[in-house]
Amino acid sequence: MNGFDYHRPETLEAAVAARAGAPDSAYLAGGMTLIPTLKQGLAEPSDVIDLAAVAGLAGIGLEVDRLTIGAMTRHADVAASAEVQRAIPALAYLASEIGDAQVRNRGTLGGSLANSDPAADYPAAVIALGARIVTDRRTMAADDYFKGLFETALEPGELIRAVEFPVPRRAAYRKFRHPASRYAVAGVFVAEIGEGIRVGVTGAGPCAFRWTALETALAGKPAPAAAETAPLDFRRFNADLHASAEYRAQLVRVMARRALANLAA
Amino acid sequence: MKLSLTVNETAHELEVAPNALLVEIIRGDLGLTGTHVGCDTSQCGACTVEMDGRAVKSCTVLAGQAQDARVTTIEGLGAPGNLHPMQTAFQAHHALQCGFCTPGMIISAIDLVKRADGRLDEAAVREGLAGNLCRCTGYHNIVEAVLAAAGQM
Repeated sequence: MNGFDYHRPETLEAAVAARAGAPDSAYLAGGMTLIPTLKQGLAEPSDVIDLAAVAGLAGIGLEVDRLTIGAMTRHADVAASAEVQRAIPALAYLASEIGDAQVRNRGTLGGSLANSDPAADYPAAVIALGARIVTDRRTMAADDYFKGLFETALEPGELIRAVEFPVPRRAAYRKFRHPASRYAVAGVFVAEIGEGIRVGVTGAGPCAFRWTALETALAGKPAPAAAETAPLDFRRFNADLHASAEYRAQLVRVMARRALANLAA
Repeated sequence: MKLSLTVNETAHELEVAPNALLVEIIRGDLGLTGTHVGCDTSQCGACTVEMDGRAVKSCTVLAGQAQDARVTTIEGLGAPGNLHPMQTAFQAHHALQCGFCTPGMIISAIDLVKRADGRLDEAAVREGLAGNLCRCTGYHNIVEAVLAAAGQM
């Protein structure tokens, strides 16, 4: 691993200032992606700015119609949270299915969203629930956040503070996980919220996206069969040794059908 | 840089490189070689230690992230003649073959039992130990040992 300077700021302002003061620096959240990336030499930051000691970045708060989760909240804490289980049980379930126990003990919501791995779980929920991403400088709608492969709307140095999830009437998540890495080969989160049902897909495309054609076909009714026929353009889907684009499209349909069946149950 | 941490109830003040890994501190600086490095790519779990009450892969924790942490390694669990119930169960059920994965397996298993709140079955143990690989594929007896120890912890 290349050398770097390590910083452990205790305030948000100090973290953002440290990042701004070193153009090639990187924030460190749980480190479940960044540390293996450093070891492989795929990233060589001059400075690593650990967010673990920054006050106010971890925690879970539930108001009537809004669940707020701090960026440094670990997956295991989301999975075990009584508030999350009460307000959005599908989100607690999603967190409990990320990686393995040791990964869930370290990995964070903010780290997952900032990284925007195409196969990460959280993005599907953020998209489907229409969550709002609160940073050190603004609040973004989920629909405006994911831009492409490992690409988000975050500006250089912009730091996620928390994510605000609207509480849906019902929600469900199903994924087809890679048996070794446990990443989603395809994952679908469905949420009955506002006027209709929103559908978030992860694992299939360059980044998480809404399957709006299925949302339209459902017209607010959790009809699992609609997932088999709703138009789904898979020309830009990921294709790798695990699954072809066409196979991923089929998995998206099956995961959507299962999630909708769970929603209706 | 300076690192203060407590390992197996002993406080340490160390001078470490900013890019040192926790497992390098444990094995190199402190000489606690019971914690193993299997893959060094965050997959196998042989390097699992308990840090501030959670099982973590110490090959994927920077030294700085362990600042002021309380760490328990396999050496801190028990001693010959006074083994932890999980160690005793691994022995009684022959839950190891080559033994390389055992330290990490035992730390993870204890973490799993602590969090399970009395609700553990075979499927939950297999799922809960997904982050620890046994390349001898000796999972059958490991699962039996964990379920047996769960009743005694």
